[in-house]
Amino acid sequence: MRDRITAFLVLLPSLAAVAIFVYGFIGQNLWVSLTDWGKNPAQALALRPELHFVGLENYLELFTGFVDVRFRQSVVNLIFFTLFFMGGSLGLGLLLAMALDRGPKGEGFFRTVFLFPMALSFVVTGTIWRWLLQPQGGVNVLPTLFGLPPFHFPWLTTRQQTWVFDWNQLPFYTALAVGLTLLYVAWKAHREGERKRLFWSLLSSGVLLVWAFTLGRTTHLLPYPEPHGFSLALVGVILAAVWQMSGYTMALYLAGLRGIPVEVLEAAKVDGASEWQTYRHVILPLLAPITLSAMIVLGHIALKIFDLIFAMAGLDYAPTDVPAIYMYLLAFRGNQFAKGAAIGILLLLLVALVVIPYLVSQLRKEVRR
Amino acid sequence: MGRFFLHAFLLLATLFFLLPVYLVILTALKEPAKITLDTVWHWPEPVYWESFHIAWEAFRPKFQNSVVLALSATALSALVGALNGYVLAKWPFRGSNLLFALMLFGMFIPYQSILIPLFQFVKAIGLYGTLWGLILVHVVYGIPIVTLIFKNYYSEIPDELVEAARIDGAGFFGIFRHVILPLSAPAFVVVAIWQFTQIWNEFLFAVTLTRPESQPITVALAQLAGGEAVKWNLPMAGAILAALPTLLVYIFLGRYFLRGLLAGSVKG
Repeated sequence: MRDRITAFLVLLPSLAAVAIFVYGFIGQNLWVSLTDWGKNPAQALALRPELHFVGLENYLELFTGFVDVRFRQSVVNLIFFTLFFMGGSLGLGLLLAMALDRGPKGEGFFRTVFLFPMALSFVVTGTIWRWLLQPQGGVNVLPTLFGLPPFHFPWLTTRQQTWVFDWNQLPFYTALAVGLTLLYVAWKAHREGERKRLFWSLLSSGVLLVWAFTLGRTTHLLPYPEPHGFSLALVGVILAAVWQMSGYTMALYLAGLRGIPVEVLEAAKVDGASEWQTYRHVILPLLAPITLSAMIVLGHIALKIFDLIFAMAGLDYAPTDVPAIYMYLLAFRGNQFAKGAAIGILLLLLVALVVIPYLVSQLRKEVRR
Repeated sequence: MGRFFLHAFLLLATLFFLLPVYLVILTALKEPAKITLDTVWHWPEPVYWESFHIAWEAFRPKFQNSVVLALSATALSALVGALNGYVLAKWPFRGSNLLFALMLFGMFIPYQSILIPLFQFVKAIGLYGTLWGLILVHVVYGIPIVTLIFKNYYSEIPDELVEAARIDGAGFFGIFRHVILPLSAPAFVVVAIWQFTQIWNEFLFAVTLTRPESQPITVALAQLAGGEAVKWNLPMAGAILAALPTLLVYIFLGRYFLRGLLAGSVKG
């Protein structure tokens, strides 16, 4: 009995620390995000600032306020960064793993080379790529070594945007995207004969799509059009991030490929499947769980990306802005603590959206086992 | 034909991964006056080692901060993790699984969501701008991952070993000291490597909670490279210095490095 109490007492400091530093701080941050801390410059840096409850005002301002246009562009940037970073790292990682799976000479060497950027910090990677992506140097003059004309893409310094859309159409596009995703879920449920899932996904998809095409088109967040788009300055950031992380997806995929039983591949061969068909119908489906885990990890990294952009473009450069950068800028340079806290909460919600379904599915799998 | 494409692809990929490294070394070895954009890829003539000397002089205090920070935070958090893992794996009590799950949640949060209260807290207890504040923060937010690794590892140790020691009259710490600890080396290696690389490379906490005299090298490097007037040989030499410790760990302990990577890949 005495030992059991000792055991509990040993664990207690850690429990208390997590309770305060994780749960307590999230609660406090939520509270701060609902106050006016930072609105009054005299109060901003006071030791015991006088805070007033303002409800969701900070959140509303971020999405619809005149001054926070930078936040909205940072959200758009984050979406594009996440998509391309995930796609790039998964694609390149898979290709590298497939190449290494064929057992080329010097496999160990290649593996080490592809994986080493993982050991670097995002700050080091960012510093390196900032230099590589100088508009008149680095990557752009590389072709001249072979007598070719240099590239002229201005990388980080461009302010150009493509795929520009009006922020007011965001509710419409969001409803459309989620509705179509749910429609796909419904289709899969139909094929797997899961009636309950089919019903609910079909219903919610229908509601969303109907809303999107009726009210959604006329719902305006702002009284004026506000263009946002894919900021091309992010291309360089994405390149650097893929350089750093694709070795990691390669390691995951390679482990997965090596884990596929030889009999399965033999069977496919006996059935007369071509190499392409084997990949398409046998190997890739078997790698799907790995893709999902990798997507979670990469998505998690992407949503809170901060150091890479800090090192590549600094805090004050709007074209490469993401919410984590804007949050830091607001809170620790502008003393707008309440609004910064609101962005922190939004990031937490985003990450929860990605991680919680994954954890639940993992848990279910373990229970089934 | 297939072999040809395979090797061509591998060669291209190798260039993609190694050309940046080549350029970093090249630039670090150039005389500042000779760094011009159109000759970036030319080998330095003559090789200029001075950059490393200057960078080392400039970065030495920060490098030392990083060493103290990473080593002490790693040691502390490995100790905490071993004890936590031991309790959770071998002395479970009612509700301990739930508490463990609640603890793991701390791994997944984006630290932006606690940064402002954390900043206030560290300031309030008088540790703002000190290395100790940063060490404390790293140990605390490392608890979930290190506990997870040690708990998983200790779950593999048969309970009979613990039982036998108990019958022989050993207590909680006696069993830990004489039965568990001697078997723990692999877990300690994985945790130490994981925490060391994480803490050495960390930036967000460091930039928020330190003053210039307590900055680790990541913050100093980001600020040096951010200044426009600076010549690029220094940031490049600095980047090499900042990368060297974790790179050495990767090269010499790569196997364990990968294991930690796969174990703790969803850490915040």
